[in-house]
Amino acid sequence: MNLVVCMKQVPDTAARVAIGGDGRSLDPEGVTFVVNPYDEIALEEALRIREKLGEGEVAVVTMGPEKGSAALRSCLAMGADRGIHLQDAAFQGSDSLGTARILAAAIARKPFDLILLGKQGVGTDNSQTGPMLAELLDLPHVNVVVKLEIMGKSLKAFRQIEGALEVIEAPLPAVVTAQKGLNEPRYAGLKGIMAAKKKPVEVLCLRDLGLPADEVGEKGALVRWTQLELPASRSSGKILQGEPEEAVEELVRLLREEAKVI
Amino acid sequence: MAEVTVFVEQRSGQVKRAALEVVAQGRGLADAWGGSLEAILIGTDLDDAAAKVLPLGPDHVTLLEHPVLSDYSVEGFTQALSGYVARTNSLALLLPATAMGMDLAPRVAARLRVGLASDCISISSGPDRTMEAVRPVFSGKAMATVRFSSARPVMATLRPNVFPPGEPVANPAGKITKKTPELDETKIRARLTGIEKDQSGEIDVKEADIVVSGGRAMMNSENFGIIRDLAAALGGAVGASRAAVDAGFIAHQHQVGQTGKVVAPKLYIACGISGAIQHLAGMSSSKVIVAINKDGEAPIFKIATYGIVGDLFRIVPLLTEKILKLKAE
Ligand SMILES: Cc1cc2nc3c(=O)[nH]c(=O)nc-3n(C[C@H](O)[C@H](O)[C@H](O)COP(=O)(O)OP(=O)(O)OC[C@H]3O[C@@H](n4cnc5c(N)ncnc54)[C@H](O)[C@@H]3O)c2cc1C
Repeated sequence: MNLVVCMKQVPDTAARVAIGGDGRSLDPEGVTFVVNPYDEIALEEALRIREKLGEGEVAVVTMGPEKGSAALRSCLAMGADRGIHLQDAAFQGSDSLGTARILAAAIARKPFDLILLGKQGVGTDNSQTGPMLAELLDLPHVNVVVKLEIMGKSLKAFRQIEGALEVIEAPLPAVVTAQKGLNEPRYAGLKGIMAAKKKPVEVLCLRDLGLPADEVGEKGALVRWTQLELPASRSSGKILQGEPEEAVEELVRLLREEAKVI
Repeated sequence: MAEVTVFVEQRSGQVKRAALEVVAQGRGLADAWGGSLEAILIGTDLDDAAAKVLPLGPDHVTLLEHPVLSDYSVEGFTQALSGYVARTNSLALLLPATAMGMDLAPRVAARLRVGLASDCISISSGPDRTMEAVRPVFSGKAMATVRFSSARPVMATLRPNVFPPGEPVANPAGKITKKTPELDETKIRARLTGIEKDQSGEIDVKEADIVVSGGRAMMNSENFGIIRDLAAALGGAVGASRAAVDAGFIAHQHQVGQTGKVVAPKLYIACGISGAIQHLAGMSSSKVIVAINKDGEAPIFKIATYGIVGDLFRIVPLLTEKILKLKAE
């Protein structure tokens, strides 16, 4: 079974957020970048499928600048077999559809059975790439999956919706997006880290993928951020003083009369 | 044909409030553009659902009915919705940012080759019938303004509970039209084979008007009983911080935050939750926030509308008692 995991490098979630000089992007100064936690779950699932079947290959594909290679190495250290790094100045500023186009072109170069990726990239939080990738590759997809079973040439996935799980079956090849709860990703051991150094990483650019330059990057983007602002800080509210009984009494009064929410 | 199109989510004839909020925003956008509004429903036996949408004043209600679409399938709904919208002159297509909307919208956007802004908390009309959207990014630590290229329709999914529900208009005059979409059934490959309802019968935090959450301070699952009691008294749902979930006090489906659910209820009550940035990412757009914490310096107080500094094990039961008394009156 050929498994492909798409991985994005994202700013660490605990990182401070400052607005860049252009007023429409994150100031990268002092921000550490990590493997998108949802993609880590997707990778863990791919590794478990390979282990369960006792055969197969896990390839990790990432789009992004050179510094993304560290994240790619940590995926290899977790146990992926090989990496594909999609790197080109023309990719910069891609929106989700542009990203999906680039990933689709890279993935379509070799036969595959299952594509796994996070249900969203932490930070930009678009939650679009998985379904778009499936659409561009003309594949079925199951989104926001918390349990996955591979049954021969098809899959059964449990997808989280409001107050329930949808059970969905689909033939392979297919795209699955991972939600927290699907598994607990493993840590890369020292052995894994050493082994990762010898694993192959292929670097591909726009020309290798045969994509028109105006369909990707800033030029091809159908949506773009024109402004990034810190949210209007909620003014701290009232601290209700007094004995618990009094404070509770006052809280209920405020909720009814001032806020009108109960 | 209509300038603004809204997708109205329904399951078994039930229309979600989030879908009605989208209809109301669509109405506002259409009015700002001097255009008309079309609401689209997809499924089978949609008459009852259509009747719920009509009072909000769409000019057209289009029912795309097909037996194969009785259950939601992303490939079937994508075919129906994009196939229909592509033949109209729609300039904007809005969906709710629900499980269904967040699944369907990107696939439709990719098929139509148009831009999509996800999980927006505000949309506004610009000059020349353009639209601008604002959405929280970086766990709510920043707000991005999104603009679209010239491809039409522009698409957005709207975060539930943030937008006001629509008001019925005086003389709803919308016309209901039924259509049978053309479907390539061989391209509906991912199919629903079952639904596992949450057996607890609890309200999902994403669906609730009121959410009462407990944190690490709860210490064990039994103690969560006081959170459940308060939630029950208020008719709300039970939420939790990740610390409470990781410690095994409560199941993951209750987790609010960056790696849990994003909620925006009218009222969010945080009990024994410090207010870590990843927790705030899931609840900071709640309308009213109440914090109950024994540490007056806890960051949760910085965003709380009302706060009580004290022991939650005393305060929460008192609050429940007081609410129940009020309800009995
Ligand atoms: C990648 C990542 C993702 C994360 N995602 C999430 C997420 O989705 N959701 C989430 O919640 N967290 C998330 N976290 C974890 C987050 O950083 C915090 O660790 C977590 O929110 C803390 O939970 P807490 O507030 O319950 O616990 P604590 O921070 O330990 O706070 C407990 C609070 O209870 C108060 N307290 C104790 N006893 C009492 C009492 N008797 N009465 C009143 N108050 C009392 C204390 O004063 C304290 O403020 C994530 C972290 C990372 C790194």
